[in-house]
Amino acid sequence: MKITIQDVEHVARLARLQLEESEKPVFARQMGEILEYVDKLKILNTDDISPTSHAVPVENAFRSDVVNCSLDVEQALSNAPDRVENFYRVPKVIE
Amino acid sequence: MEIFDLTIEEMHEKLRKREISSVEATQVFLKRIEKIEPKVGSFITVTADRALADAESADRRIASGGCQILTGIPLALKDIFLTEGIRTTCGSRILQNFIPPYSATSYTKLQDQGAVLLGKLNQDEFAMGSSNETSAFGITRNPWNTDCIPGGSSGGSAAAVAAREAVATLGTDTGGSIRQPASHCGCVGLKPTYGRVSRYGVIAYASSLDQVGPLAGNVTDCAIMLGAIAGHDPKDSTSVNIAVPDYLQALNSGVKGLKIGLPKEYFLSGLDPDVQKSIDLAIETYKNLGAEFVDISLPHTDYAVATYYLIATAEASSNLARYDGVRFGHRSEEYAGLLDMYIKSRSQGFGAEVKRRIMIGTYALSSGYYDAYYVKAQKVRTLIMQDFTKAFQSVDLILTPVAPTPAFRINEKTDDPMQMYLSDIFTIPINLAGTCAISLPAGYSAGGLPIGMQLIGKPFGEETILGAARAFEKVTEWHTKKAVL
Repeated sequence: MKITIQDVEHVARLARLQLEESEKPVFARQMGEILEYVDKLKILNTDDISPTSHAVPVENAFRSDVVNCSLDVEQALSNAPDRVENFYRVPKVIE
Repeated sequence: MEIFDLTIEEMHEKLRKREISSVEATQVFLKRIEKIEPKVGSFITVTADRALADAESADRRIASGGCQILTGIPLALKDIFLTEGIRTTCGSRILQNFIPPYSATSYTKLQDQGAVLLGKLNQDEFAMGSSNETSAFGITRNPWNTDCIPGGSSGGSAAAVAAREAVATLGTDTGGSIRQPASHCGCVGLKPTYGRVSRYGVIAYASSLDQVGPLAGNVTDCAIMLGAIAGHDPKDSTSVNIAVPDYLQALNSGVKGLKIGLPKEYFLSGLDPDVQKSIDLAIETYKNLGAEFVDISLPHTDYAVATYYLIATAEASSNLARYDGVRFGHRSEEYAGLLDMYIKSRSQGFGAEVKRRIMIGTYALSSGYYDAYYVKAQKVRTLIMQDFTKAFQSVDLILTPVAPTPAFRINEKTDDPMQMYLSDIFTIPINLAGTCAISLPAGYSAGGLPIGMQLIGKPFGEETILGAARAFEKVTEWHTKKAVL
């Protein structure tokens, strides 16, 4: 499975990652090997098989719509890289 | 008998009778950790002050008559468990200064009993690895041979037990990360059925596969730890509301008349001869105990690693999207705008293996590939689950090797991700099927490295595998040998 440098750059952008120039061919090769390996699943006929997203038979677990205790504001902000009052400060979101 | 060689029950008795105090026991462990760490490196954070405070509190509790089985017992947790107020890194630079504002339910349950926290254990970054070599905080060495890996991703959890730096530990298992290091380090490691133990407060890698479990020096200690952490948790909507049985009771069940399956796909030629020998001996041992062996087939075994490396990486790419430098974790010092902040923070914070898996997962979920990769893998997962369901109609449990070889040398597989991935071939199917399995000591290689065997049970069949494991332990001595450091 041939993964090109452009493929690597495209996927990295989707994943919000940036690789060094020297890393890109290494990742391209490794990703290619891994994707080639997983291609073996194509051999199996799964036409009548439904996908499993969850191993154990559990359905939606709801609780009653009552206010419970949760993290207080100080706790929630305790690891903020950049905090202003009760907010996380980030660069402009809407240009 | 050294304090650090005591089992949970032995230590509990001595504490209850006030022969030793928890503070004394804790000090012994802290001193041992100081001595052993330069050779092994099990810990990322040793919480000495907290440990002694926990121990003092436990001693007060014991003095007033309230001694539960884990009260005052020194334990340690993989650094994937959130521990309120105590740095939790998940083996990653991106969380190297993260102080959780709340604790994992499994830790809270141990705290409620008054257990002592010695520290947070080293692991592969974000639980992605089979050798503990991807940690951003250095490697952990196998206490049986410090040129070898301890296994991963719960390498620190296994090494700490093997080196007697803690009485027992907690780890997590997504593709074998409790069982494989337990096997490589000669201790007992159990992966419960998915949903048996709460994942609340456990940093997520692959949410449909992750499970919390204990590692200990013997089966009884494992059963005690499982009993302490198992149970439904309203904070984890994937935890199952099934009563927790008395696992200690189950330890006496024996194996007479039990049907044990041997899946041919796990015994193909090419298995390390020492591993084969240990398993053959284990089969004889079980036959002498009255168990009956049945040849079975798990026909889709060969597709499990491929299935796992699509599902786990896809789920990981989604779970790790939260590390964006906004609310917690590393944020790059310089960036030109929001997108650049995300990209720089993540690229600086994540190691190569994590990036690799995020990229594979992103690819598998991306437009044009989603059906061919991710959905296909989920369908094959159904086939793998069906293999097990069918097998369990004719057997009570399944016996297999844990790893194809004993522990390999440090750096032996770091250049070849695919080689590394293939070493999980016997443990991965169990995570995909969501069922339970235990790894316990079953022999040693010619070079003196531990070899474990795996007992796989039906979903919520932990009692059966614990009972069978204990029966084996009673008539063998593999688990009594200790690593010399």
